[in-house]
Amino acid sequence: MHEYSLVRAMVDRVEQEARSRNATAISRLAVRIGAMSGVEPELFASAFTLCREGILAGAELDIRRSEAAWACPRCAAAIPAGGVLRCHACDAPAKMVTGDEILLEQIEMEVP
Amino acid sequence: MCETCGCGDPNKVSVEVHDRILSVNDRTAAHNREHFVEGGVFAVNLMGSPGAGKTAVLEATARVLDGKGRIGAIAGDLETERDADRLRAVGVPATAITTGSACHLDAEMVHRSLHHFPWRELDYLFVENVGNLVCPAIYDLGQAVNVVALSVTEGEDKPLKYPVMFRKADLVLLTKVDLLPHLDYRVDVVLDALSRVMPQPSALRVSARTGEGIAGWLSWLEGRRAGQATAGPAPPHHHS
Repeated sequence: MHEYSLVRAMVDRVEQEARSRNATAISRLAVRIGAMSGVEPELFASAFTLCREGILAGAELDIRRSEAAWACPRCAAAIPAGGVLRCHACDAPAKMVTGDEILLEQIEMEVP
Repeated sequence: MCETCGCGDPNKVSVEVHDRILSVNDRTAAHNREHFVEGGVFAVNLMGSPGAGKTAVLEATARVLDGKGRIGAIAGDLETERDADRLRAVGVPATAITTGSACHLDAEMVHRSLHHFPWRELDYLFVENVGNLVCPAIYDLGQAVNVVALSVTEGEDKPLKYPVMFRKADLVLLTKVDLLPHLDYRVDVVLDALSRVMPQPSALRVSARTGEGIAGWLSWLEGRRAGQATAGPAPPHHHS
């Protein structure tokens, strides 16, 4: 289960940000997890409950999801997920537009 | 003041970060990559299910190379040095990373193992990842290419079931093809599945047992390695 190590990496980053701003508590975190990122949002959330201590003890976790979307890098036409990943018109390999995100987007913290 | 929820609490600040959660791993991976490129070593992240034949492919590669290219391996497993032992037995310098319970290798583990491994003497460094079709795909190690070993005993639908792994693959090695006469496996079905998860699908049929396809696999590696060499060395960086 790599979700636990991802949460640990996120917690390190958040604690660093909190220290640099002298925050007393983290109230909310927002992350974005793509459908093709290889991360299970439910596992990520349960791993987070295991790491919710110290400055993060009262933190809520907001998981924003994004669906997999592909497009042609030449003509920008959408290429449906599940189909052959190649543009019919340009014969170019599809490029992923969204869906592979594993991002920490926002930290809400209490400062004195 | 809290701008997010409008609660008006003057002591709350909302910080927009938009950071990749794996940014620390990504930086270490970039560091590894710079070393590999500057050292003229072509690094391959070899992934696949447990039992897909990753170690067997490397053994067969060593046999066919027969000293004509210097290869070495870092083998990751939860427990034991068995894979590294097998590779050393066929003359491949190998070191093991035992991850304990971790289901994947990360860039830091690879970086640490490089410190006591003569990787600079190699033409090709294979990082044999922990047998797993999910977790290893997420962690960049600093490799030049991702290769996934997929055995014909695993079923044609694996690419559709584990799309994240196959999307990141530069090449899929269809392994154990000597067993095809005994199976109902359809190669065209797996190739169709790959075209739906890999933007640039690329697969080679190999058998470590008979040696079929290993020469083609070596040509593929040579071609990619030549590409890395002509791309030139990475810019200098500070060693941490």
